[in-house]
Amino acid sequence: MKLVKINEDNCVYCHLCEVACKTEHSESKDIIKAVKKENVLSRCTAELNYPYSASIMCRHCDDAPCIFACQNGSMHKDERGYVVVNPNTCVGCWMCVMVCPYGVIKQGKNDMWGLSIKCDLCPDRSIPACVEACPNEALTFEEL
Amino acid sequence: MNWIKDVKTYTPPDFHVIRDPDRCIRCKACVDQCSFDSTFYDEEEDKIWNWDAKCVGCNRCAAFCPTEAITIENRTSPYRINESWGKWNVVGIKKRAAFGGAPVVSMGSDKPYIVYWDHMLLNASQVTNPSIDPLREPMELKTFLGKKVDCLEIENNKLKTVLSPQLELELPIMFAAMSYGALNYNVIEAIGKAACELGTYFNSGEGGLHKDHYKFKGNIIVQVASGRFGVYKEYLDVASAIEIKIGQGAKPGIGGHLPGEKVTASIAQTRMIPKGTDALSPAPHHDIYSIEDLRQLIFALKEATEYKKPVFVKIACVHNVSAIASGIAQAGADVIVLDGFKGGTGASPQVIRDNIGLPIELALASVDDRLRQEGLRGKISLVASGGIRNSMDVVKAIALGADAVYIGTATLIAIGCTMCQQCHTGKCAWGIATQDPFLSKRQNPNIAAQRLVNLVNVWALEIKETLGAMGINSIESLKGNRLALRGFDLNEKEMEILGILHAGE
Repeated sequence: MKLVKINEDNCVYCHLCEVACKTEHSESKDIIKAVKKENVLSRCTAELNYPYSASIMCRHCDDAPCIFACQNGSMHKDERGYVVVNPNTCVGCWMCVMVCPYGVIKQGKNDMWGLSIKCDLCPDRSIPACVEACPNEALTFEEL
Repeated sequence: MNWIKDVKTYTPPDFHVIRDPDRCIRCKACVDQCSFDSTFYDEEEDKIWNWDAKCVGCNRCAAFCPTEAITIENRTSPYRINESWGKWNVVGIKKRAAFGGAPVVSMGSDKPYIVYWDHMLLNASQVTNPSIDPLREPMELKTFLGKKVDCLEIENNKLKTVLSPQLELELPIMFAAMSYGALNYNVIEAIGKAACELGTYFNSGEGGLHKDHYKFKGNIIVQVASGRFGVYKEYLDVASAIEIKIGQGAKPGIGGHLPGEKVTASIAQTRMIPKGTDALSPAPHHDIYSIEDLRQLIFALKEATEYKKPVFVKIACVHNVSAIASGIAQAGADVIVLDGFKGGTGASPQVIRDNIGLPIELALASVDDRLRQEGLRGKISLVASGGIRNSMDVVKAIALGADAVYIGTATLIAIGCTMCQQCHTGKCAWGIATQDPFLSKRQNPNIAAQRLVNLVNVWALEIKETLGAMGINSIESLKGNRLALRGFDLNEKEMEILGILHAGE
């Protein structure tokens, strides 16, 4: 299964992964609109603890605690084997947020209530947007 | 805003950072890339600000801005225009008066001196001799550096003449001496990788060679400079050639100074000095006060390496360069490296960088002439460096008499350098001339090495195409062939020194 490999030795903390992620997960697919109008949350987060930095996103654990914790099966593995949320059934109870060992699930919203937001490894793309945007190969899409 | 302007040391900013608020998405890419604290984020206002006074024009922020919201402009001097004093003299006086110290600068001189490369034109074949298509026919760029012999003696089908050690280059371009300390680990790693892949050599510079980089054995030239940092038996053994650095084009006549804060544990170990201490290279070698002394060092190094490695001597181009080069040739060196005054540096006093030395073009021509007159040219190879900016500079240098060239500044530009001249601050935003672990990460050795390989391969192709146009199929045939060059916009004296005819002659 291909996953995003985080090469922290190369991360320059430029946040371009976040920008690419927001754009990819927006309706307009437009950088400026995605951030300014749609307020899309980034699925990955660039973290800094000088001099170390890295972009962290869902690791798609084999024994994903978020799937175990999810009360109604919204958090599940899709046909690719990646951990994703079903936006139609998620009720925003945040149990997945509580149990995620990496802290990579964010609290978003749909029209009525909360909706867990997490990396879906860009189902519409062959290479995730963050990997493509990374200028220093700190994120690579590899068989892990 | 988190900074209070100091009026006592104020000089007008060089740059103006313009931010388009409609395009800025506050992603903070620029904020975290700026290593000079010129860009910062105000959380309360949710706004990104710039201090123009701190901007050095490295363009890192503009390069990383995903919405192209940032434009960096050169500010014109706000002072009343005075052609005879100029901005630099006025600002220079103010800085010296305010800080009480001599300004230190880096990179090569940016003053508008004449670039002779741009006043020389190359020849091509038409009708009377055929040009060659390098994509269809073989084209030889292979170069050997080292002492040559006048004739070869063969006995019983075997070579009887004992040849001097030679350095085999796949193409006549080498990576110039830039030390570990001036550059960081990642950059040296990238340059080493590129040299291995290209079949050429990189120079370790005067700061020793990190143990990890011994893996590039076979593509290393090590430098022995006045500080003798990191010089020991293993260092000499791992090298393919040894270079004695007498001077550097950007700062002829003075030594080097790597500030203590750049001397990290790893650099201290490599240079064999205590951590955090200033690494001072004296201006002269304290054991070289004459050509005879230089001969002693050359032979000491040859003795230490069992006469298996060519010894280079690198000098800065100064007024009597041809006489000095002749002395070096007679002292037993295998290769002379001439460093022109447009060569780069990690730090040099401004007055020295901008006023001392000679252009490489004139120095190269006069040294080549002098060595030919004295019958020494065949006994020694010449390497030109300092201001080689493109493949045609390489071709012109070879036509003027060089065997190969060193590229330093071009190497750095290929991997990101924008020549903002802040190497001496150690805050290089492109992660090149810095030891800060956060900034050094900005150079990914794999990406950087690939860029260098691309650059040099493209230059090689361009050189081949030019040779083909001239109807030559080997770089050897161009060497010292000044009839391939014509000058324009030059006076008679300049053409006499360059040894070329005027265009149209």
